[in-house]
Amino acid sequence: MTHLGYLLAGWGITLGALGVYAFRLSVRGRALAARVPADRRRWMTAEDDS
Amino acid sequence: MTHPQLDLPAHTGSRTTRLLGFAVLAGVAAMILLGFFVAPEDDLMQDSVRMIFVHVPSAILTYVAFSVTAVGSIMWLWKRSVWWDIVAQSSAEIGVIFCGLTLVTGSIWGRPTWNTYWEWGDVRLVTTLILFVMMVGYLAVRSMGGDESAVATRAAVVGIIAAINIPIINRSVEWWADRTLHQQSSITDGKLEDWTLFTMFLGIVVWGVFYTWSMIHRFRIAWLERELRDGDLDEAIAARRAEATTSGGAS
Amino acid sequence: MLRDAWLVARKDLRIEWRSRVTFSQVVPFAGLVLVLFGFALDANRPVLLQATSGLFWITVMFVSTLAVQRSTSIETTDGARRALLLAGIEPAAVFLGKTLAVAVQLLAVEVVLVAGVVVLYGADVEAWALVLATCLVATVGIAGAGTLLGALVAGVRARETVLPILLLPVLAPVLIGATRAFDDALGSVAVDGWSWLGLLAGFGVINVVLGALSYGVLLEET
Repeated sequence: MTHLGYLLAGWGITLGALGVYAFRLSVRGRALAARVPADRRRWMTAEDDS
Repeated sequence: MTHPQLDLPAHTGSRTTRLLGFAVLAGVAAMILLGFFVAPEDDLMQDSVRMIFVHVPSAILTYVAFSVTAVGSIMWLWKRSVWWDIVAQSSAEIGVIFCGLTLVTGSIWGRPTWNTYWEWGDVRLVTTLILFVMMVGYLAVRSMGGDESAVATRAAVVGIIAAINIPIINRSVEWWADRTLHQQSSITDGKLEDWTLFTMFLGIVVWGVFYTWSMIHRFRIAWLERELRDGDLDEAIAARRAEATTSGGAS
Repeated sequence: MLRDAWLVARKDLRIEWRSRVTFSQVVPFAGLVLVLFGFALDANRPVLLQATSGLFWITVMFVSTLAVQRSTSIETTDGARRALLLAGIEPAAVFLGKTLAVAVQLLAVEVVLVAGVVVLYGADVEAWALVLATCLVATVGIAGAGTLLGALVAGVRARETVLPILLLPVLAPVLIGATRAFDDALGSVAVDGWSWLGLLAGFGVINVVLGALSYGVLLEET
């Protein structure tokens, strides 16, 4: 396969960045959710999303 | 992206987001499979064509995300809708990531194809960079803090300024660099093989689902932040303080 | 409304005139930037000549951030914004007035800069009309976008650093268009400079209208 280094770099950076961002969103969500009373996290009670 | 079940779900996930999350994971796996093993190499670009499977979806979602930000900005100024303000903010943040990835993957792809990381003569490249800087400025205005509605208004005006000026910038760069290197449009010129096209469209769909997943989570994070700041949370804190004097304030 | 705009512009210009900041600090700064570019390019005449139009407009961009910051700080200190609002002047008029004041200051700096590039870089102006028209049209756009963004960052922490991040990318078309027009006027590159004025004018009109429309929201809320 030609250009394998370039391809791995491009795909790696892309998937890595999106993965890290998704992970950070999760972590941040958990940290914040823990500090807000359950009845105010309204999507937890409703089946659907806001 | 999976969320272990807790008795009281203290996270920003829900059934919908879990579904979307799994769809993204499956989609990425399919993209890798199709992109690296099924899609044939290009006559001209050889295997470097496989970069477009991540590059083109990132570029498209960049413009989707910033369009949503522009709409959200207008809706905030028009209706004073907090919902739209949070949507604008969330979309801008995700859009900046997509935009950065578009630039990085484009650059990496340009090196073997155009023999340069950066081509000044290319309109889309230069416009995208300016858009990137503008949206970083948008996030900077957002992060500076201050009165909530003032921040929203400022950010909304920045969003609208960016949206209105982008066509002018595009036009000016186009005239400035009378030649353009960019693939005029990889999608419509019919030079791509079937599997290549299919994988690229799959990529756009998967990126779109990822965008949706991130938007929902990011929206809820912003929502929680507001809840924490809002005054009516004070009651809850006061109530908890009354129960146990040792537990401190939430902020 | 135009009368109010004129009043605001005169007020700002009078404040600038009395404080002499534009003349005692901004103009020397602009000249200094020209000299520094000379050092950076090793006082290489051919290179300097080729880069003159670009360097000229880059300098104007730098100066514009200073001018906008000055113009904004006039209103933020001592709650002058509130007073302006209470005086019943339309926000659009305030915007137009402040834009005009910034534009006048920038034009003054540009006059000095033109003299600077002629003397220091040996630039040979072939088309004075084009130089004049470019300066006028481009400056209106710069002042309009600058005044709008200046009001926007007025209440922000660290506004000195946020303003350039927001303003300079927006001004990219002006830099491109005005530089090309100057290339023609100075005869360094064979392009049709007049054709770029349309772009500059479009930029100016759009950003001035945008500013006039959104200035009120920013003035009241931030």
